[in-house]
Amino acid sequence: MQKYLLQRLATLVPTLFFVSILIFGLQQLLPGDPAIALAGEERDPAAVAYLRAKFHLDEPLPLRYWYWLSGVLHGDLGDSVRIQKPVTELILEKLPVTIQLAAMAMLIALAIGITAGVVSAVKKDTAWDYAANAFALWGLSTPNFWLGILLILFFAVHLGWLPASGYVSPFEDLKANLAAMIMPAFVLGNAIAAVLMRHTRSAMLQVLSSDYVRTARAKGLNERVVVLKHALRNALIPIITLGALEFGTLLSGAVLTEQVFSIPGFGKLIVDAVFNRDYSVVQGVVLFTATVYITLNLLADMAYFLVNPRMRG
Amino acid sequence: MRRLLRRGGAMFGLAVVAFFVLIALLAPWIAPHNPLATNWGAVRQAPGAAYLFGADELGRDVLSRIIWGARASILAGVVSVSISLSLGVPIGMLAGYLGRWVDALISRITDAMLACPFLILAIALAAFLGPSLANAMIAIGISATPVFIRLTRAQVLAAKSEDYVEAARALGNPHLRIALRHIFPNIVAPLIVQATLAIAAAVIAEASLSFLGLGQQPPAPSWGSMLNTARNYVDQAPWMAVWPGLSIFLLVLSFNLLGDGLRDALDPRQK
Repeated sequence: MQKYLLQRLATLVPTLFFVSILIFGLQQLLPGDPAIALAGEERDPAAVAYLRAKFHLDEPLPLRYWYWLSGVLHGDLGDSVRIQKPVTELILEKLPVTIQLAAMAMLIALAIGITAGVVSAVKKDTAWDYAANAFALWGLSTPNFWLGILLILFFAVHLGWLPASGYVSPFEDLKANLAAMIMPAFVLGNAIAAVLMRHTRSAMLQVLSSDYVRTARAKGLNERVVVLKHALRNALIPIITLGALEFGTLLSGAVLTEQVFSIPGFGKLIVDAVFNRDYSVVQGVVLFTATVYITLNLLADMAYFLVNPRMRG
Repeated sequence: MRRLLRRGGAMFGLAVVAFFVLIALLAPWIAPHNPLATNWGAVRQAPGAAYLFGADELGRDVLSRIIWGARASILAGVVSVSISLSLGVPIGMLAGYLGRWVDALISRITDAMLACPFLILAIALAAFLGPSLANAMIAIGISATPVFIRLTRAQVLAAKSEDYVEAARALGNPHLRIALRHIFPNIVAPLIVQATLAIAAAVIAEASLSFLGLGQQPPAPSWGSMLNTARNYVDQAPWMAVWPGLSIFLLVLSFNLLGDGLRDALDPRQK
């Protein structure tokens, strides 16, 4: 275990190093003088001069990278040019909204994805199986911003059951919060449900053909107990770890979903930053996302390691 | 090929893809109206005889814009995946074939790129490059490259230890010849499968970037930007949202079906 962990951590450092180079490098893609680009549309000469000094733009590239990196390592991701706030503060401010959205989406995805996957594996090659597979294909092929618009059209415009957009803090009014979040959470969960369904189906098919399941059946156990207690429990291990890797899909999806439903979260932060040419916010958001992804990946690996005794040897 | 023909889903996918490619190519001749022509008398006109799919907020024909928009979507799918392939395959072959520090270096860079979620990396790249269809294609192409590096590397590693490669090496063939003549032909099948599925992802990504205003710039038609405008008129003109979304869905579904079919046909082991 220790050796494996050390190996895993040893690759982590260079990966993070390249992530930082990649994100720092984004700045170099800006056409023309970055100070002018960063200063926004007004091009106030004072602001340009300030930015040139602040980002050490007159100094050589490796030195500039070093200044930037040491800031990042101290938790300083720069300041938003538009809102005049530190990027770290902005991210922490918007994050809870997206965490709630993502958590609700994941719950919906797990409920739909695992149920559909189990049903299609148990009833392989029946109408149920085909329906579940068709659902997965639909989930993978539907652009989620379109699904969002369709749901708004149906549930908000036609039926008037749910608000079309907007956000209410759960601490102000929990009911209004849930009403505003349920559609976006479903939209976001839909695509992940499809992926989880496919994973669950193949994991269940594999487990269902294993010896211990045959033994359980031979003992005369109820089929329900065999499927839910013996098979699903073991199939869940790879599903959960693979589920953790869907974090990227979740965040990418959140960008579009929050845009459609006007939810002031993490995804809307990056889109607004792109429109305001607030480049340090864009960099900060990507860096933060990548770091969280790498950490989750590591945790998922460790969880897999812990729950699967065969891996420990 | 015969195995592919036997699969209904894949055939459906192929037919729909061919249909969209055809209307994209024939756009100037088959579009009933000029996709950019505004008509103040037809603002948000419901679908009917004059405008089969209805008209948009400036009185432009939705059907004609869908037909012309197919160009942006298909172009984005094909060009960005070509970029990923032309970068990812040589780099992946280098990593897999040379091994050692070259492999370690390339693998860490690939890990770093994969740590940034695909769409978020594409958004960031497109934001820094500046909004245009060409830049969106570059951004999507680069963001999708690490997947191809990984796949190529893994395939090369597997092929490298095969007897026929050992034999070629024993005969004294130069490295480049072994890599190109002996290894490459044997790793093409999974790459084709992955490329087809990547086109589906690239079409969605282009629509997403256009939806966010980072792809095809108005007034040029693209399905993603049509959906972005449609969002504001969803209660008055739902047809503005229905057709572009349905087109994206159908095209992406077809590439996915085709990719799944190709995987079953070319590589029965991967099922």
